[in-house]
Amino acid sequence: MTPSPMDPRPSAKKNRIDSLAATAGGGTATAVKDVHVSAAGKVGDTGGVSLIASAWARLRRNPVFLLGAAITLVFVVLALVAPWIAPHDASKRIPELLDDLRPGAIPGPRDGFPLGSDEFGRDLLSRLLVGARQTLIVGVFATIFGLTGGLVLGTLAGALGGWVDSVVMRVVDVMLSIPSLLLAVSIAALAPRPSQWTVIIAIATVQVPIFARLLRGSMLAQRSSDHVLAARALGVKPQAIIFRHMLPNSLGPVIVQSTLVLATSIIDAAGLSFLGLGNSDDRQPEWGQMLGEAQRLIQDYPHLAFYPAICIIIVALGFTLMGESLREALDPKSRR
Amino acid sequence: MTSTSTSPSTHPHGRTGSSEPLLSVRDLRVTFQRQGQEPFEAVQGVSFDVHPGQTVGLVGESGCGKSVTSLAIMGLLPARGNRVSGTVSYDGTDLLTLSDQQMRDKRGKDIAMVFQDPLSSLNPVIPIGLQVTEVLERHRGMSRKAATPVARDLLDRVGIPDPDRRLTDYPHQLSGGMRQRALIAIALACQPRLLIADEPTTALDVTIQAQILALLKELVQDTGTALVMITHDLGVVAGLCDEVNVLYGGRIVERGERHELFAQPRHPYTHGLLASIPRLDAPRGQRLTPIPGSVADNLPWTHACAFAPRCSQPIEVCTRVMPELVPHEGRPLRCHNPVEESR
Amino acid sequence: MLRFIIRRLVQMVGVLVVLSLLLFLWLRSLPGGTVSAILGERATPATRAAMEKAFGLDEPVWVQYGKFVGRVLQGDFGPSTSVLPGTDALDIFLQRFPATIELSFFAMLIAVALGIPMGYVAARRRASFLDNASVVFSLVGVAVPVFFLAFLLKYVFAIKLGWLPVSGRQDGSLDATRVTGFFVIDGLLTREFDASVNALKHLVLPAVALASIPFAVIFRITRASVLEVLDEDYIRTAESKGLTNRVIRGRHVLRNAMLPVTTTIGLQIGALLGGAVLTEAVFSWGGIGEALALSFSRRDYPVLQVIILAAAAVYVLVNLLVDIMYAVIDPRVRTR
Repeated sequence: MTPSPMDPRPSAKKNRIDSLAATAGGGTATAVKDVHVSAAGKVGDTGGVSLIASAWARLRRNPVFLLGAAITLVFVVLALVAPWIAPHDASKRIPELLDDLRPGAIPGPRDGFPLGSDEFGRDLLSRLLVGARQTLIVGVFATIFGLTGGLVLGTLAGALGGWVDSVVMRVVDVMLSIPSLLLAVSIAALAPRPSQWTVIIAIATVQVPIFARLLRGSMLAQRSSDHVLAARALGVKPQAIIFRHMLPNSLGPVIVQSTLVLATSIIDAAGLSFLGLGNSDDRQPEWGQMLGEAQRLIQDYPHLAFYPAICIIIVALGFTLMGESLREALDPKSRR
Repeated sequence: MTSTSTSPSTHPHGRTGSSEPLLSVRDLRVTFQRQGQEPFEAVQGVSFDVHPGQTVGLVGESGCGKSVTSLAIMGLLPARGNRVSGTVSYDGTDLLTLSDQQMRDKRGKDIAMVFQDPLSSLNPVIPIGLQVTEVLERHRGMSRKAATPVARDLLDRVGIPDPDRRLTDYPHQLSGGMRQRALIAIALACQPRLLIADEPTTALDVTIQAQILALLKELVQDTGTALVMITHDLGVVAGLCDEVNVLYGGRIVERGERHELFAQPRHPYTHGLLASIPRLDAPRGQRLTPIPGSVADNLPWTHACAFAPRCSQPIEVCTRVMPELVPHEGRPLRCHNPVEESR
Repeated sequence: MLRFIIRRLVQMVGVLVVLSLLLFLWLRSLPGGTVSAILGERATPATRAAMEKAFGLDEPVWVQYGKFVGRVLQGDFGPSTSVLPGTDALDIFLQRFPATIELSFFAMLIAVALGIPMGYVAARRRASFLDNASVVFSLVGVAVPVFFLAFLLKYVFAIKLGWLPVSGRQDGSLDATRVTGFFVIDGLLTREFDASVNALKHLVLPAVALASIPFAVIFRITRASVLEVLDEDYIRTAESKGLTNRVIRGRHVLRNAMLPVTTTIGLQIGALLGGAVLTEAVFSWGGIGEALALSFSRRDYPVLQVIILAAAAVYVLVNLLVDIMYAVIDPRVRTR
């Protein structure tokens, strides 16, 4: 972590991103030779083990990664099959529940409704199940948009350099200097009517500068690396160098960051809902939205907030555990 | 696995052959055990002696176990993930049996070490002066104030110009050669009787290398300090060491007094190392003869000669039976088919 | 050193200029714009035109930007439209600022006081049960939405157990004297010690909730950085000198390991501002975070402007101070 004496501006967010970027460039290009002893008495071929293969070998044994992956898998499967396994229609007010619903009394658990009703007489369990799907959509799209934006800016800056690099990075630095929730809230406020997509775009925007800096960092590191120089010396076209040699090698840190962003975007969506800037259409429930809405009633009906909160925490933890163990596994320094 | 220790004291060595050894390493073994991997024995029964004032070389290519040997002697191997056995007796005490605290009392005072990369081996955020005085404070019980002039003299002694100013400088403000001089000053601060230098010149420019070697030679001669020189560079050995141990695959394969070894290398590995050095006096057009392959080609010592796959003159027995370290023409040698010609 | 500070100051001004430009463009793109914000959606075209002229909105964009910057520099953000209608926006900000500073300070204190020692101990006992447990604990800390944690703490310790106050910064019945606006300090200054204690009790829950994320981040950075430093050659040199554990720990390990931690702390100030928005809302804290949430939901643009600009300025300023502190610790930056 000790910053190189070359960098006179040790700003932490940047440093963190840059040091993650520095773990790139290993990728598939670097093969570390393991000592290979052939017992047969011949000169054996020395087995080269790629970074990805050795990372996978270590991940497979890492309980933290396995737990994170298991949580993620369950979540994704749930999101896919939710409409079929949900006992009731999540968007419908159910007469049985409505009968007992009056101001100051929300029906609790009963036969056929293991978690009881929400404040409008809809089945809470079904809403949670269907919510998995919407939550996954928010997380995945926010990550994809953020990644795409960062990819474009970062690749432009890293590959072209010069004034493009300066301009892009100034804007990126300023965006990084605004606290991330504040930035998300500011973007969300621009929308005349909040919807699921304004939430996604607001969260994605916050991720753009992070991805951009990450990609630019690893691109710059690679531009002067031996395998890129070799490709250039061989006369490979610039586009081919960028897309075939540089981008693939930057993927490691990008995958790590994406995994972590999946977690934060779900949490941020809840924050936006809480501040009244979330999706106001609750026919297709989303956990963050459910949690945000439930805060109004939390003193009397804490369980309405509790269930979606637990879901968010577990899923966010799953993504984070996976991302952190990926980061550790892909870091060439931790291979010793 | 058969014991391979052959007492070196029965063989003639450097200029101080008659005295008791200062450091006596017997059957030193270091095994690394990493989670989920096969245990790897980096040092497989190494034995050698160092007599007071003697300079002994440990030579071999990277991965041969020479650095691990030095760290094991210093007690600096990480506590987890490795096993050390054998004996390392220093002045009659087996260092491997000492407690962490007792070892701390010895390190820096009786045995000191100089490392390979002088930039990364100095703490970047502490001034040079304090990095010298803290050893004196620790082992001599001096106050910082009393230690400062001593540190200044030490820096002066190792040839650092303007030592007063350098006391307050930080490592990044010094050149590579100056940093290595500072490390040497730190190592010699408490006048240890044994100094271990692990590739002290590898990270330096060629011209600086010569200066540092000359400095080391001068210092050990003046103070009577014994020196264990760890290197892959036979040029360093030739200029400095009284006795040379050649390591291959975690074992000593040949040992000899410097001149003997250079004049008549008996092990094909030693021979190959010498043959791969470019020589100015070689006839024009003569090609260098590198050793083929790499350490990765090694056979296990248990039932073969580890060097056999890379050897220039293997015979059938080499891939079946491990050669022992036995005297050959008066020098310990581990080879079934020694090189007979002289260079 | 002086040149270093001046260079950082120049960079800071650059960031603020770009920031003001972004803020200006952002304000212009808010739904309905300034005029609708003041007049409401149903204003007649005539009144709109008059209003636009009054606000100079018919002038070219760069003139408007110039005037905007001029007003900002004079601290003239205009009166609040809906949070406290008629009150000067800057006054609202200044009045609420100490509350947020006090909360953030205590939250950071908790995060640092727990995060650094725990990170150090976890690193020294790498892969032990203690290490794994504290890593998982810190990851859970990140996965829990801040406002939910705030609610949970409030629900358990204030509402159910009644150990700590439910909301606010101090009991109104105390009628404590105000000097600085920092209630704990005010109590000490005026020797109304009961007022200080009362304010501290109010601080506990929101500060703990707000500390959760910075704690997790500081813990993980400390752990990673100590692990990295322990692996450095100069620690081996220190060991080879036979130095005592105490000297190696304090002088060699901690000092180097604190470098990245320092910058992280500066960065977390930004995360604190984001978290404060959510935490303050839960505890009716009366700080700028609460005002920000209110002004977003009520679209009070003058208040929004001043808070966002001030938050970014504080953030940039804090990071400048952190960089200077970094230079004090790290001679490589200082003596370039």
